[in-house]
Amino acid sequence: MKAGSRLEKILEAGHFAVTGELGPPRGADAEVIKKKAEHLRNKVDSINVTDNQTSVVRMCSMAVCKILIEMGLEPNLQMVCRDRNRIAIQSDLLGAYALGIRNVLCLSGDHNKFGDHPQCKNVFDLDSMQLIATVKRMRDEGKLLSDQELEGGVKFFIGAAANPFGDPFEFRVTRLAKKIEAGVDFIQTQCIYNMEKFKTWLDQANDEGLTEKCYILAGVTPLKSVGMARYMQKFVPGLDVPEEYITRLKGVEKKKQAAEGIKICVEQIEQLREMKGVAGVHLMAIEWEHKVPEITEAAKLLPRPEVD
Amino acid sequence: MIVAERKPIKEILAMVADFKKILLVGCKGCVTVCNAGGTKEVGILASALKIARKKEGNPIEIDEMTLERQCDPEYIDQLEEPLKNNNYDAVLSMACSVGPQFIARRYDNILVYPTLNTCFMGGALEHGVWAEFCQGCGNCIIHHFGGLCPIARCSKSLMNGPCGGSAGGKCEVSPDIDCVWHLIYDRMKQLGKLDQLREIFPIKDWSTSRDGGPRKIVREDLKK
Repeated sequence: MKAGSRLEKILEAGHFAVTGELGPPRGADAEVIKKKAEHLRNKVDSINVTDNQTSVVRMCSMAVCKILIEMGLEPNLQMVCRDRNRIAIQSDLLGAYALGIRNVLCLSGDHNKFGDHPQCKNVFDLDSMQLIATVKRMRDEGKLLSDQELEGGVKFFIGAAANPFGDPFEFRVTRLAKKIEAGVDFIQTQCIYNMEKFKTWLDQANDEGLTEKCYILAGVTPLKSVGMARYMQKFVPGLDVPEEYITRLKGVEKKKQAAEGIKICVEQIEQLREMKGVAGVHLMAIEWEHKVPEITEAAKLLPRPEVD
Repeated sequence: MIVAERKPIKEILAMVADFKKILLVGCKGCVTVCNAGGTKEVGILASALKIARKKEGNPIEIDEMTLERQCDPEYIDQLEEPLKNNNYDAVLSMACSVGPQFIARRYDNILVYPTLNTCFMGGALEHGVWAEFCQGCGNCIIHHFGGLCPIARCSKSLMNGPCGGSAGGKCEVSPDIDCVWHLIYDRMKQLGKLDQLREIFPIKDWSTSRDGGPRKIVREDLKK
């Protein structure tokens, strides 16, 4: 065991893991978080807390993680390189561990251009690969980047993202291999819609033995409507939404599109579960946390296994 | 070269609103090459300012001059006579921001204004189009990336491959920006060097960049 988090134990035991996601509020009301998080209780093994996603200012990820811990839930702290230099990153990691956070997801971060403060100065002192290596160094060598020995180490279960749909496609498995070499323990992928392309990526990863070196959690996001599907298809770079799903959503009356979207998501989870090399799913029900019980139930992911 | 572009005329008019007589100084260096602040642009800006002020019924007198360079004290010295012989309210520089700073450094009793926005170190992609190629990090690493710079040309300065937002060769930030990582990949593939991109590029020492404070190069062999 590297960190002994619930997520790590689930994966180590060979269970098909389920992680959820919670986006912090644009305000300081802890009740909003508690309400969202309750929908995820006993439905997922751990909960990603996003770090000012899309570069929009929200309550800080670490504070939300602490609230989840107090609720008896397990958080995955998302940490981006956009807003912190190596001093702040290492400092935050020490603080996160002291607060009981055991899973950390290392990300470059969405560019500030997309957010609510496009005028800001960005950082990118490290990239996501170097962030992974930094966390690993702190964990395994007990040292900061400066070689300063830590008084009291950090035992994190280290995660990172992978986008099988970004270009150049041929480099995507290489990038996964690099993240593993840098020290990643688990990967959560970008939302998958193009199952064939994902399969091609996964086959390559399997061929290179990469899926044996880290746990791959396949990312899924239920489509709420034709509008959302079209938006993701056209405007979210690095997302690949095949026309077939849009046709399916269009085929039902507007009121039933959400239900159809959930049906698609459940089918995807069932297909992903059958794929060699997929250790779990990362269910990103964006501002739709209350649908997680229904989706996990329908996808036969409940009850979540017990681990100690 | 240093690539710059002229500030909007309204902004420059606001700068000189209270002035009756100014000296407008161009530069024959980089800003002449990038058509921002050479003799020709000095003439155009002077005319534009004079016309605008005449329309307002508040004419302005503008003397024009273009120095060999504004980033060398010896050329800045050439302003001494005109400044002594005229009662200018201010000097407006059409060089990159080094120019007005050199003028201010040399002459402590005259107001100095920049008329250009100094944008980046780059080159011309075609006539009328310039792009950024270097960020001046002080420790060049482009040979690790097929001769292309991910520090200056990747929106996130990523050193280990493209982020998830690279699509169709373009950066997620704008369809006008090429994803340099896509270009690096294609070039390394062409060169048969893809293996190099598999290695993790280590954390960069930014102390040679602006992060280490303002920089200075001292060449003892050249100092008098």
